[in-house]
Amino acid sequence: MKVGVVTFPGSNCDYDAYAVMKHVLHEEVEFLWHKSTDLAGSDLVILPGGFSYGDYLRAGAIARFSPIMEAVTKFANSGGLLMGICNGFQMLTESGLLPGALVRNSGIRFRSQSVYLTVENTETTFTNYYRPQEVLKIPIAHSEGNYYNFNGDIKRLEDDGLVLFRYCDQQGNVTKEANPNGSINNIAGIINKEGNIMGMMPHPERAAEKILGSDDGLKVFESVRAALTTRLQRTTAGKI
Amino acid sequence: MAAAKQKAVVYVRLKDGVLDPQGLTIQKALSQMGYKEFVSVRAGRFFELEIESNGRNIDELINQVCSKLLANPVIESYKVEKVK
Repeated sequence: MKVGVVTFPGSNCDYDAYAVMKHVLHEEVEFLWHKSTDLAGSDLVILPGGFSYGDYLRAGAIARFSPIMEAVTKFANSGGLLMGICNGFQMLTESGLLPGALVRNSGIRFRSQSVYLTVENTETTFTNYYRPQEVLKIPIAHSEGNYYNFNGDIKRLEDDGLVLFRYCDQQGNVTKEANPNGSINNIAGIINKEGNIMGMMPHPERAAEKILGSDDGLKVFESVRAALTTRLQRTTAGKI
Repeated sequence: MAAAKQKAVVYVRLKDGVLDPQGLTIQKALSQMGYKEFVSVRAGRFFELEIESNGRNIDELINQVCSKLLANPVIESYKVEKVK
């Protein structure tokens, strides 16, 4: 697969995502500059974490108007795989590619720590390598990770199985105490109804090798690779 | 002739029901300082805009930038005041 990692001014997890793809999964990967309008033939586009444009105005609010976002939106709207991590998730909600909004953590403070997550839906492009309700240890680092949406929209997300990850304790119990930022229903990551756009606040790219303390995040990328391989095989078969 | 400049102020606030941790923290601080009278604080922000319209409809332009960028319609509402 070919992966494009977008670099915005202020991105700081772009190299982490790049390293996972290149050195852990040995896949083709390149950086896409925010001023470019060309996705370089990427099968998967990653909007990485960081503080694009200094988080001015609202996190992700200015990055979503970067020149490259028009191409990214077109790519995603035609079924291309798009993943936003942390600041990337904020860009996805700001641009309306994913529903809801990420507002200030309920405790006001920046939270930088390891958290536990349960995998709520394993039948997606981004989670098919996980077991249902598998508990993951993955770091977070954000001030605006408090997932907010209207009651009706939350119900729709829940009913359609679009919540992929929830904050939980080490045993997998979804509790108020295990919620680091006040997100409704402990939501840590969601997917769109079409199944090709995913956003999550925790950083799977920072938990993709044992030496980093956890490799629980690697399966996100392995899931995408597996899904893409199947998809590419189907496309090729279709052409013959 | 120089293009006429218009000024406007845009107030952006969180919608009712959206948690405002910043306002809550300020309210708690006030209470600790002894100002128990202030039972609720909600924080927002405002923007001072100068506009050279070049004949375009200013109200429409302001509404466009408010809903596209200055406010996030999912969580925020805005109010525009034109400055004479």
